Amino acid sequence: MLRKELLQLPYYRSLALNMMATIIVVSFIPVILVGSTIYFNLYASYREKVYAHLEELVEKHRQKIDDFLGDKLADIRFLAKNLGYANLSDETFLQDTLASLQRNYHYAFVDLGVVNGSGQQVAYAGPFKLAEADYADTDWFQQAMQKAYVISDVFLGLRRMPHFIVAVKGRVNGKPWILRATIDFAIFNDLVENIRVGETGFAYILNRNGEFQTHPLIDFIPSKGCYGQLFDCDRGMDDRVSIREWEGDDGKKSIYFTALLKDKEWLLVYRQERADAFSELRRAQGIAVVIFIIGGISIIIMAFTLSIRQVDRIKEADRGKEMMNQQMIETGKLASIGELAAGIAHEINNPVAIMVEEAGWIQDLLEEEDFEQSSNLEELERALKQINTQGKRCKEITHKLLSFARKTDARLQSFSINDLIEEVIDLSEQRAKYAKVTLTTRLDEDLPAIQASPSEMQQVFLNLINNAVDALEKKGGAITVTSLRRDTQAVIEVQDNGPGIPPANLDRIFDPFYTTKPVGKGTGLGLSICYGIIKKMGGEISVQSDMDEGTTFTIALPFHKEGEEERPAGGYSCR
Amino acid sequence: MTQMPTVLFVDDEEDYLNTLIKRMRKRQVNAFGVGSGEKALEHLASHATDVVVLDVRMPGMDGIETLRRIKEVAPLTEVIMLTGHASLEVAREGMELGAFDYLMKPVDIDELLYKMEDAAQKKNIQEEKIKTLDDLLTSDIA
Repeated sequence: MLRKELLQLPYYRSLALNMMATIIVVSFIPVILVGSTIYFNLYASYREKVYAHLEELVEKHRQKIDDFLGDKLADIRFLAKNLGYANLSDETFLQDTLASLQRNYHYAFVDLGVVNGSGQQVAYAGPFKLAEADYADTDWFQQAMQKAYVISDVFLGLRRMPHFIVAVKGRVNGKPWILRATIDFAIFNDLVENIRVGETGFAYILNRNGEFQTHPLIDFIPSKGCYGQLFDCDRGMDDRVSIREWEGDDGKKSIYFTALLKDKEWLLVYRQERADAFSELRRAQGIAVVIFIIGGISIIIMAFTLSIRQVDRIKEADRGKEMMNQQMIETGKLASIGELAAGIAHEINNPVAIMVEEAGWIQDLLEEEDFEQSSNLEELERALKQINTQGKRCKEITHKLLSFARKTDARLQSFSINDLIEEVIDLSEQRAKYAKVTLTTRLDEDLPAIQASPSEMQQVFLNLINNAVDALEKKGGAITVTSLRRDTQAVIEVQDNGPGIPPANLDRIFDPFYTTKPVGKGTGLGLSICYGIIKKMGGEISVQSDMDEGTTFTIALPFHKEGEEERPAGGYSCR
Repeated sequence: MTQMPTVLFVDDEEDYLNTLIKRMRKRQVNAFGVGSGEKALEHLASHATDVVVLDVRMPGMDGIETLRRIKEVAPLTEVIMLTGHASLEVAREGMELGAFDYLMKPVDIDELLYKMEDAAQKKNIQEEKIKTLDDLLTSDIA
């Protein structure tokens, strides 16, 4: 049927998809908006926090290193000034001084040396054999001679080990001399190397030429140029920590924090891979993504099930509506067929009346003497009588048609069920004859009256008999209608010897819209209407069927109770 | 035997009407026929009529309307209605409006004849009663 196709149209699928899409979009948009807003705010504040932290770290270390260098310089200056050339050039005294320095400063000083104005070391205290070394050509010596003091870059020097020198110039008798101390590289290096944050964060110091002044944690060759190009030398050289981000050769972005120290000769560089610096944010991001994915999946699942369920419900409602429509159409069809039948019956009535009247007229005329002698008089009279009889038969048929077409009347009346069965049998006789079905009745004549609506009962029996005729239509057969008394009930059985109903269908036979008839032949309403009518009257309807043997519908109806007031029987007349 | 009544048959089926009138005349009924409600009213205005046999299904003025008008112009004239089965409601309505009886088409000639005689008798009785009342009234005044 059309409605079945309609229910399978892609209409419902697209409805479900639309609903699903709407739910997903509406759910995701706020999640994404809120999520991204929170994320960017979090990112900004976290970045600020990380930067502030690292900036402070670098700043602190810069001060620490500056302080360290300043301290060492101050110490040496103090020694040079207070002990004087005379004392210090005595090697024994110098060794004592070194020992006391090392005691106080955790061996930060490796050795001490006194150098005269021409670069000759006059006294030395320390582990290396540098007693008469000549420093005239070294950078630090030349710088020290020009300035009052100097802290050198790290270099290998004569001892072939990385170290740097703090030198202070003094004057004795107008001649310059220099007190020189070597700072233990390891201790200085620790100051910087200890700056370790996360997995990739480390620090190192570069000099103006971009050479390492400390040993970096990760070995790499710094770019040549001014401070390894990490500091814009053309810009004003302020002491503030500056921040830069660069992509390394390996494609990883790194953050560089740089700060100048040692009178802007050195640059403290702190470097950390960006991903590492933001690792916590990354973790939060990861958790958020996991939550988002789980949430997203559940939204999709929910959208899916919800829309499927909703569409199922809509489908169900549509089906119900469709059935209702079908029922309405069916009812309307029945009504119009009834009207049509009534119209035809009426139209036929008039010509039949004329024919009967004319026959009557002929009969009247025959009674006159002229015809008394006619030998065919008897035959004529027989023919006229036949016309009369057949006219009456026509009248009966049209009247039956007309009475059937009238609206059904649900008012309860007391009436004989046997009469009603006979009437229905009469109506079905013609159809049964064409289907080669014989209709027989076995009626209990003493059956008391029952209380029911005659037109509804007529509908019930017409339905059952029509169904039976349908079942027998292929091969023909017999239908027996039996009425009998059982306790306080009238029992009517409609029995056929047709093919029977499969047990699987038997359970659903009274369900509305259940039909096994071909499309367009049955509404599936007949038996459910019967069921409703019988139940309403306080009766029972049941079915029993054996394959290849036949089907029996059994209706049990209560008798009309004595003493119960009979309702006015206005609507059901002319029987 | 009483004098046969004067009857007006009203039916739009001319063939039916003609045959019916012929048969009625053969039975000594003073029968007339007209084809519509309007003509029936015209006829009644100029002819004394005992009984009207009225088909309820007619084009133009229908049976019920005709009946109502007949009862207005000639209240004593009895009306027998001829109906099809489907117009039972109309028959009932007609009875309420004062029709004498109803019969279903095709009608048995004898049945109709008896009904007509009954109706005519009823009319005669009523007329006599009225006459008696009139006599009483006039004698009172006198």
